[in-house]
Amino acid sequence: MKLKLISAAVAAMIAAAPAMAELTFTALSYRTGPYAANGIPFADGYQDYFTLLNERDGGIGGERVNLVECETGYNTEKGVECYESTKGTGALVYQPLSTGITYQLIPKATADGIPVHSMGYGRTSAKNGEVFRNIFNYPANYWDGASVAIKHLLDVNGGALDGKKIALVYHNSAYGKEPIRTLEELAKKHGFELMLLPVDHPGQEQKSQWLQIRRERPDHVLMWGWGVMNQVAIQEAVNIRYPMENFIGIWWSGSENDVLPAGDGANGYKALTFHNTGSNFPLFEDIQKYVVGAGKAAGAGDQIGTALYNRGLYAAMLAAEAAKTAQGIHNTGPLTPAQMRDGMENLEITEEKMAALGLPGFGPSFKVSCQNHGGDGLTAVVQWDAGAKQWNKITDFIAPDADVLNPLVEADAAAYAAESGITPGCN
Amino acid sequence: MFYREAGDFKTSYKADSQTFPIKFDRYRYYVVLFVAFALIPLVINDYWVNAIFMPFLIYSIAAIGLNILVGYCGQVSLGTGGFMAVGAYAVYKLMTAFPEVNIFFHVILAGGITAFVGVLFGLPSLRIKGFYLAVATLAAQFFLVWLFNRVPWFYNYSASGQISAPERTVFGVEVTGANTDAWATYLFCLVFTFVCALIARNLTRGAQGRKWMAIRDMDIAAEIIGVDPLKAKLSAFAVSSFFVGISGALFFAVYLGAVEVGEVFGINKSFLVLFMVIIGGLGSIFGSFAGAAFLVLLPVFLKNALVGGLGWPTDLAAHLEFMIVGALIIVFLIAEPHGLAQLWRVAKEKLRLWPFPH
Repeated sequence: MKLKLISAAVAAMIAAAPAMAELTFTALSYRTGPYAANGIPFADGYQDYFTLLNERDGGIGGERVNLVECETGYNTEKGVECYESTKGTGALVYQPLSTGITYQLIPKATADGIPVHSMGYGRTSAKNGEVFRNIFNYPANYWDGASVAIKHLLDVNGGALDGKKIALVYHNSAYGKEPIRTLEELAKKHGFELMLLPVDHPGQEQKSQWLQIRRERPDHVLMWGWGVMNQVAIQEAVNIRYPMENFIGIWWSGSENDVLPAGDGANGYKALTFHNTGSNFPLFEDIQKYVVGAGKAAGAGDQIGTALYNRGLYAAMLAAEAAKTAQGIHNTGPLTPAQMRDGMENLEITEEKMAALGLPGFGPSFKVSCQNHGGDGLTAVVQWDAGAKQWNKITDFIAPDADVLNPLVEADAAAYAAESGITPGCN
Repeated sequence: MFYREAGDFKTSYKADSQTFPIKFDRYRYYVVLFVAFALIPLVINDYWVNAIFMPFLIYSIAAIGLNILVGYCGQVSLGTGGFMAVGAYAVYKLMTAFPEVNIFFHVILAGGITAFVGVLFGLPSLRIKGFYLAVATLAAQFFLVWLFNRVPWFYNYSASGQISAPERTVFGVEVTGANTDAWATYLFCLVFTFVCALIARNLTRGAQGRKWMAIRDMDIAAEIIGVDPLKAKLSAFAVSSFFVGISGALFFAVYLGAVEVGEVFGINKSFLVLFMVIIGGLGSIFGSFAGAAFLVLLPVFLKNALVGGLGWPTDLAAHLEFMIVGALIIVFLIAEPHGLAQLWRVAKEKLRLWPFPH
């Protein structure tokens, strides 16, 4: 009898506990492992925004938000387990914050009819909404980032990159390899030489890559790094006295955690971003009042206003706005994943909307459509000020080179459609 | 009481040396098979198959494979992750190159290719032993992962370097790709696990297994009594890699569907499978299952108990999970250095006498 009771209890525990709520959002976060330093601020921002909506507005459109958090440790197998255990709870949208897990979820979520929002990561060609019906990657993707980085370098170099040498230091994974195709095209177009330097997971050992940079002296270095790899790379760049203003990281290589360990040496390091930095927005007063003041801040509550916290907040804001749009379209409070998908596909972010939310000028304005699940890819460059310990936005939001990117997106999406037997279309 | 031998007479050598000589044990085995093949497919859902059964079955195959090499033949290997990667990439290349051939044969062929690669990396075992061999197989691990990352041919020149499994069917039922049913993937893996375990069990108690064990126990003595170390060691590497290759192929094609070699088949995977073998019990087929179950189910169970049941923060639960699993491993190994299989054996001995021990 005792054995039966125990085994029944074990079986009940192994089966995922379903959660009852009106609007369920999931956070596949990672607060442990080699990528935790970056995973924590994002997860905090994501969670705090939904807490704020619950506390201040009573949820979205009168429906309270239930946020289910699941720890993935940036590990694909755990990501799959998290997806399977949470999808039964009526989860409206998945944001796995990992390109590897996104690749896993693209076919699974499409089959289950649940949307995935890979904001600034994942498969770039998901921009083509006719092929990737359930996958969204607005407001910007890696190829946009690569293009904007090169555009910025063109500006810095007086409009020409002929004969220049640009190195790409990248995480040797699907994530890091993503921009290579675009950079190769851009190298052809602008006549620069591309030098590829892969760094293996987790990226603590980069001596040989930076030795090569020291020897070959590329004019600029781009970085697609994540987790501990960023800190090590920036420290190594400081060690070989590489001019920091020639070193540009993707948005995932541009958080405070990445530059602070290198101290003053990191001054002048540049990174891309698709949203604004700092906590100088009216919304943050509400966060202080309703979330921090009420003792409901996620995690340790010490990340507010950091680059990745803002990104998590931005991701949550876009999800909430999409949910509002969906409620408007279907004229209902409780949503299904399919309705949420419609909301995401008809999402429009304008200056007025952001100002009304207390985030004026926080990100670019963009409009999602069935043909374009990726927004306009507007991206800005920020630069680290080691003295003031803050990121300063040094450019406006720059549009990427659509002439180069669109054919690439079309080609890759068409290849995926052929491979998985999808007929592109909006119905 | 449960394991009664009284009245259970054996009249032939065959009957006496069967895998489950005790009647109760034999019936329990048939019941397990019946439940696994006939009942579970009826009730299984996506969560149970993807979070519990599929990893358990696939890791069991890998653990059986490694157990043949480490537990039966005594050759320490840290290359399991690399060999699983060979299986995964082999099945991917086969699936994309010959889409008309049934996936079933692709998986077996992938095992064969892995067996060949395993033999190549097993060659050093003829000259080096113990820790030195472990280091040599570690080289295989790193080399293979590097190779699959470096040579675009292996991932069909895809931009991201990922491989993803296209849809394939068995008897018209999809077993790979996105639109699979839980019962189909479960049964597909179960068939492979069952057949692999059956083959492994019968190999290890036959002449071949005795040769391996002779090499394990003392290679010089084995050579003197006429065991050819070249054949014995290389056959162990081949058979072991065959199973590991099958598990890698299933891991990629059926379980994950998309794989990135450095992340999925890294050194961690090698250690994980080795731990399964050590915790489960070296030189035991049942131990391979027990070890796989322990290391697959326990983290899931702890996560659901701590986060779902008690509502603790996910990061705290994740850290605690490491500590609890680690502590349990130590406890188990102190209490029973020969693994869960030995615990099970001792329990059976006790149950034979229960309720009247001497």
